[in-house]
Amino acid sequence: MEKSKISIRDLNLYFEKQHILKNVNIEIPENQVTVILGPSGCGKTTLMKTLNRLVDLHDNARFSGSILFEGIDILHPATDLVHIRQKMGLLSQRPTPLPMSIFGNVAYGLKLKGIRHKKNLAPLVEKYLREANLWEEVKDRLNDPAIRLSIGQQQRLCLARGLAVNPEIILADEPTSALDPISARIIENQFVELKKDYTIVLVTHVLRQARRIADYVVFMYLGDVVEQGPAEAFFNNPTQEKTKEYLGGAFN
Amino acid sequence: MATTITYYKLRKIKDRIVSGWVKTMVGLVLLLPVVIAISLLSKSWLILGHSGLSELLFSSVWRPLAGEFGFWPFIISSVWVTFLGLIFTAPICLLSAIYLTQYGSKRLLGMMQPVIDILAGIPSVIYGVWGILLIVPAVGSFLAPLLGIETSGFSILAGGFVLAVMLIPFILNILIEIFRTVPRDLFEASLSLGASKWHTIKHVLLGKTFPGIISAFGLGLSRAFGETIAVLMVVGNVVAIPKTIFDPGYPLPALIANNYGEMLSIPMFDSALMFAALLLMAIVILFNIFSRWAIIHFEKKQ
Repeated sequence: MEKSKISIRDLNLYFEKQHILKNVNIEIPENQVTVILGPSGCGKTTLMKTLNRLVDLHDNARFSGSILFEGIDILHPATDLVHIRQKMGLLSQRPTPLPMSIFGNVAYGLKLKGIRHKKNLAPLVEKYLREANLWEEVKDRLNDPAIRLSIGQQQRLCLARGLAVNPEIILADEPTSALDPISARIIENQFVELKKDYTIVLVTHVLRQARRIADYVVFMYLGDVVEQGPAEAFFNNPTQEKTKEYLGGAFN
Repeated sequence: MATTITYYKLRKIKDRIVSGWVKTMVGLVLLLPVVIAISLLSKSWLILGHSGLSELLFSSVWRPLAGEFGFWPFIISSVWVTFLGLIFTAPICLLSAIYLTQYGSKRLLGMMQPVIDILAGIPSVIYGVWGILLIVPAVGSFLAPLLGIETSGFSILAGGFVLAVMLIPFILNILIEIFRTVPRDLFEASLSLGASKWHTIKHVLLGKTFPGIISAFGLGLSRAFGETIAVLMVVGNVVAIPKTIFDPGYPLPALIANNYGEMLSIPMFDSALMFAALLLMAIVILFNIFSRWAIIHFEKKQ
């Protein structure tokens, strides 16, 4: 088996009395696209936000278990959140351009890394915009407000911004759900391209998307991990009844 | 057959009446400021012919009996009081709005809402009385002696304090509304890049809402400039250019409120007061134009 980048062990998460994640155990393999599949409301997004501890923003969230990453337990109260979050770029369902220019958005992440001078920033901004496959489209208008880009471009800008903090993992939460099919494909291809250098965790409920780019699949249902395994085995020989039903389109 | 036609015609007539009615009402609203401006202008025509605009605006000699009307002391007093009020109120409103929307619990915000509404609903004369009872003595016998200054306490500073308190519910309410419009995703995006909460507030929240903040303070400014009774009660009402904020002043609205209906036997006094009103209106309109310009300017930049 491949080296695993993140090990989720016995993870349980509650919002008040509601049991959202039930005894989740997942090994996320390094330099692969891990797709977390499942119908809406099954805890996919919550799992994602637990990985970079954005669940802390909810006053009523309680969790137990551990998430091991480079020998650190992400869930430990003393864990340095800034360090953890900079190791994981997050791409959310709708693009979230910050209220500044295109350049400013990418530079925002760089500045958090302590890179200040425009002279040092400019080549890096270009590098990450290229990595996100956006450079050619925006190179002549870097100082325009980011909000003027199309939705698909905005999402790639967010990808560039996420890459700029130099993460090892990309967390993508249904990143193409608000995009047109062509923009979605560009993002998908970019993921396949990026997995050489990054470990990618993608949440989606689009089966076809999962089939196209997944290397490893985790299928969740109502907070339980029903089945997980390498993509080929998962799609061709699912072992669980629930998985077969889902692949057959029962929940969509 | 005939009835359907009449019915149809009737509907058309009704339609026409309603749309005419609606348009008239809108026209009336639009006409209102114009009518006010014209009537003020026509009333102050007399004094404008007598003294000339620049003398009226910039002369500091106020001797109505001798026919000399210089509004400079009033303008300066108004500007001082207004800006002091805004300077005092700005950090209070901005920081409490940030706390209530970003740090405090939902319950606290829920508890604050009625408090803010009550503050907003207190009549301005009560703020004035409170100012006389508390602020004026505080300035006169505590703050000023501390700095070695002598004053009765009825001063520009007292006016600024009272004004600041009156502006709090007004501006705070707008700021809370504005801050709540910023989507949660945006915060998460910034935090997920490793930004601290304060960094996120400074760059994302304040960046996103900057035009709104400008307009909140612009509206506050207009309101503060025209606030009459409460300020009048604590500011001293002495016609002189205030040298420090511990000196008394005499803002424009106070001039009008104190004198209209009295001493109208003095020639042109009536016209002079109308000119003061016209001036007040012009300045408030200028503030509005400025804050609108600022909003458009900063929205473009985002």
